[in-house]
Amino acid sequence: METVLFILFGAIAVCGAIMVVTRKHPMASALYLILTLFAVAALFVLRQAHFLAAIQVIIYAGAVVVLFIFVIMLINVPEDRLPVERATTMRVLGVLAAGFFILESAVLARRFWMPIGPVAEVGTVEAVGRALFTDYLLAFEITSVLLLAAVIGAIALAKRKI
Amino acid sequence: MIAPSAYLLLSAILFGIGVVGVVARKNILIILMSVELMLNGVNVAFVAAGSYLGDAAGGVFAFMVMTVAAAEAAVGLALLIALYRLKETVDITELKVLKW
Amino acid sequence: MVNGILDYLWLVPALPLLGVVLNGAIALLVERPFLLKEAGLPLAGGHGAGHGSHDDAHGASSHGSAHGHHETPAYRKLVAFIAPGVVGAAFVVALLCVLSLASRPADGRTFVQILFPWIQAGSLLVPAALQLDPLSSVMALVVTGVGFLIHVYSVGYMSHERAFARYFVFLNLFMFAMLILVLANNYLLMFVGWEGVGLCSYLLIGFWYEKQSASDAGKKAFVANRIGDFGVLLAMFLVFWTFGSLTYTEVFAKVPLLRESGVLTTGLATVITLLLFLGATGKSAQIPLYVWLPDAMEGPTPVSALIHAATMVTAGVYMVARSSALFLLAPDTMMVVAVIGAVTAIFSATIGICQTDIKRVLAYSTVSQLGYMFLACGVGAFTAAIFHLMTHAFFKALLFLGSGSVIHALSGEQDMQKMGGLKKYVPVTFATMFVATLAIAGIPGLSGFFSKDEILWQAFSSSHGSPFLWGIAALAAGITAFYMFRLVFLTFFGKSRMDPEVEKHAHESPWTMTVPLMILAVLSVAGGWIGIPAVLGGSNLFEHWLAPVFHPVAAAGAAHGAEAAVHHPAALEIGLMALSVAIALCGIGLAYFLYRVRTGKPAEIAKQWPTLYDVVYHKYYIDEFYEWAVIRRIVTISIGLWEMFDALFIDGIVNGAADLVRAAGDRVRRLQGGVVGGYAFSLLAGAVLLVGYILYRSVVQ
Repeated sequence: METVLFILFGAIAVCGAIMVVTRKHPMASALYLILTLFAVAALFVLRQAHFLAAIQVIIYAGAVVVLFIFVIMLINVPEDRLPVERATTMRVLGVLAAGFFILESAVLARRFWMPIGPVAEVGTVEAVGRALFTDYLLAFEITSVLLLAAVIGAIALAKRKI
Repeated sequence: MIAPSAYLLLSAILFGIGVVGVVARKNILIILMSVELMLNGVNVAFVAAGSYLGDAAGGVFAFMVMTVAAAEAAVGLALLIALYRLKETVDITELKVLKW
Repeated sequence: MVNGILDYLWLVPALPLLGVVLNGAIALLVERPFLLKEAGLPLAGGHGAGHGSHDDAHGASSHGSAHGHHETPAYRKLVAFIAPGVVGAAFVVALLCVLSLASRPADGRTFVQILFPWIQAGSLLVPAALQLDPLSSVMALVVTGVGFLIHVYSVGYMSHERAFARYFVFLNLFMFAMLILVLANNYLLMFVGWEGVGLCSYLLIGFWYEKQSASDAGKKAFVANRIGDFGVLLAMFLVFWTFGSLTYTEVFAKVPLLRESGVLTTGLATVITLLLFLGATGKSAQIPLYVWLPDAMEGPTPVSALIHAATMVTAGVYMVARSSALFLLAPDTMMVVAVIGAVTAIFSATIGICQTDIKRVLAYSTVSQLGYMFLACGVGAFTAAIFHLMTHAFFKALLFLGSGSVIHALSGEQDMQKMGGLKKYVPVTFATMFVATLAIAGIPGLSGFFSKDEILWQAFSSSHGSPFLWGIAALAAGITAFYMFRLVFLTFFGKSRMDPEVEKHAHESPWTMTVPLMILAVLSVAGGWIGIPAVLGGSNLFEHWLAPVFHPVAAAGAAHGAEAAVHHPAALEIGLMALSVAIALCGIGLAYFLYRVRTGKPAEIAKQWPTLYDVVYHKYYIDEFYEWAVIRRIVTISIGLWEMFDALFIDGIVNGAADLVRAAGDRVRRLQGGVVGGYAFSLLAGAVLLVGYILYRSVVQ
């Protein structure tokens, strides 16, 4: 059962990802991105990471991608002014390199040993919360500073006049 | 049972697709989305490794990555808006003032 | 073992250092602003006196007080108290330490105080440690004792000098460096002191740096010393390479062992000792590096007395004596040392005959006396060398201080042809200088007689010596007696040849100057009594005191001079003694005849042999020869190197490197296409390579 679900959601995530990078219009890409994010959230659930699955849906799909869609609609680039994609040497090389990278990673991934056993409940609210507010408290607090900086930066950049 | 390497492979594939998007596309919006894909690919690896090894750090780092992703999207899109006002384009290849 | 006072040995060099810090603070924070302010003010009335003090003519400035001289600032009194005070305190501590050391049994008289580990690099372990043994205690007492007297003298002599505090900073710094030199327990720390005294010598010779000749003389001294230091450095490398240590005790303890195992060959010992001796010729003004010392007389007279007569220039003798264990292994070096010493002794003595500048006569006399000390070292009579070093410190310091007092009285006049009849003006100076002259001439009963005669006897009787060396040394002694009495007769006797204006102001020096003179006069008389040889009924305490340092060494090396001397009958020793005294008396008599009875005769002789006189008067044209043979060549080569090597090669490398970078940058900058995709691709390529490398590593494992 788990294997079936993994293959299913994994296939959805990969297909969605391919669609994200191949669509001409960014709006289509954004919608496929939501699909991929949901599929990944489902994979998180498979690993008993319920909390992370929830914030994956809420923050990523719910906030980040919605922000993307807002921006796409806000600037509303006319269809004829979208950049024309052409296969230059650099880009072909880039795609080949990325493929090679995946291949390398795949070979490497098989060499790492990890215990195959019952799923440890490390992605639950309790586990993440406990780790976050004990061992990683400082990192957590610094993250809040990062978010504050991002908020200020976004406002400063996007405003016409401050 | 699913082997851990399956998750890692999936992670690498998602990351690689994201990389292709970043390298091969011209539309800045799609590039930003591709970056989100890459971060998601990494998150898959974190969560899988964390749960297999029984270490909460995997979840915590996935959480951090999400935070960074949100911040990055906010700043990146703000930059895009400012840029679009200035140049009326979302084509990354037209932005090449920063060169010799 | 309870060391008692010896635990405070570190105070001996530390006290002068304290003086440097305090006086340095005063010089920088009080004196310098004060002088700058003074220089900024418009010159009024007799204020020019302050400028007069920029040559050795502060005698003149003392008369500036007649016309509204400014008051002595309080800081000068403080400096005048601190500077001699710290040296005096160092003397007291040194004296107590030596007394404590003397109460120990003869074979336990080596005290080492490790202050802190200084250099630890691989097998090179050099501690900052002080060593008090009979040899260094003699040196420390001479340095602090004579140094203290000269500090007191300087307070009077420099009282009208504007840069009063600066002078005492340098003088205190010199004391510190000199004490480090003599108290160090290893070659490297000794070298620190060695360089330190060189620096202070440079600073003090060029003390009146506004005078061109003074700053030139300072540079000359510095450069000549560098040549010698090069030898010392190489010798230290060789010592470390051979013995694996630079600490005296360890090095000398290993000598017999390495000698047996064949590591320390005679050739190696010869090279090490010759290099050390090269350093000694620089520091102690021996042929061929003696030329800086006469010029060093440009410094203030107390400096000449302290550094260029009593202490620093004897550092070379001290080093040779300290390394006696090595020197005794190298008979060739011993011969070189003896010959150089003897030749220097007679060579510079002959130059001294014709000099008319009172300080230069004394300078050549110093070179000559140092030659004696090296002669003694060269014949293996290290005790005699150190003995002469000590008595020489007394009487030569006295002669210099006396000449300083004369110069002071005559408002800066140094030319003996413009002196004469000074006896009645400066009675104390005359009396004390006369005693010193008798001592240096080797009149029986005075300190110089015992030490000089010991050297002469060793030069004759020691296994390294020969009658030939004795002959040269005895002749030099006669010449010494001659030119010293010439100096006294020209200065103090006869009719006055002084400038009437100067004569009016001629006066005896203040008590701060005369008291040190008197103390030194007592020492010049009595200083030799601790080393009266057995043949004259004395017990030669000095030799017994130093025996632990030199005797075990001598036993390991060649037969010691004293042992060889046993085979000579006492009558021979007495006879030679009488002969050398007779030679000295001949010199005195000749001086009396030429400069008191037939005063026109010297000029006649000069006319009779004009070439000879000219050559000797011009110091055998050695300076000119060096100028021609060395300096010109170096300048020519330097210009050639500058034009060929520096301008073409070095600059070519530098400019070429710059051109290369520029050309490379010109190509490489094209990588910066400004297209973001390109940068992203670079990142990707890097990631691919990195993962590939990790993969490769894991596969290989």
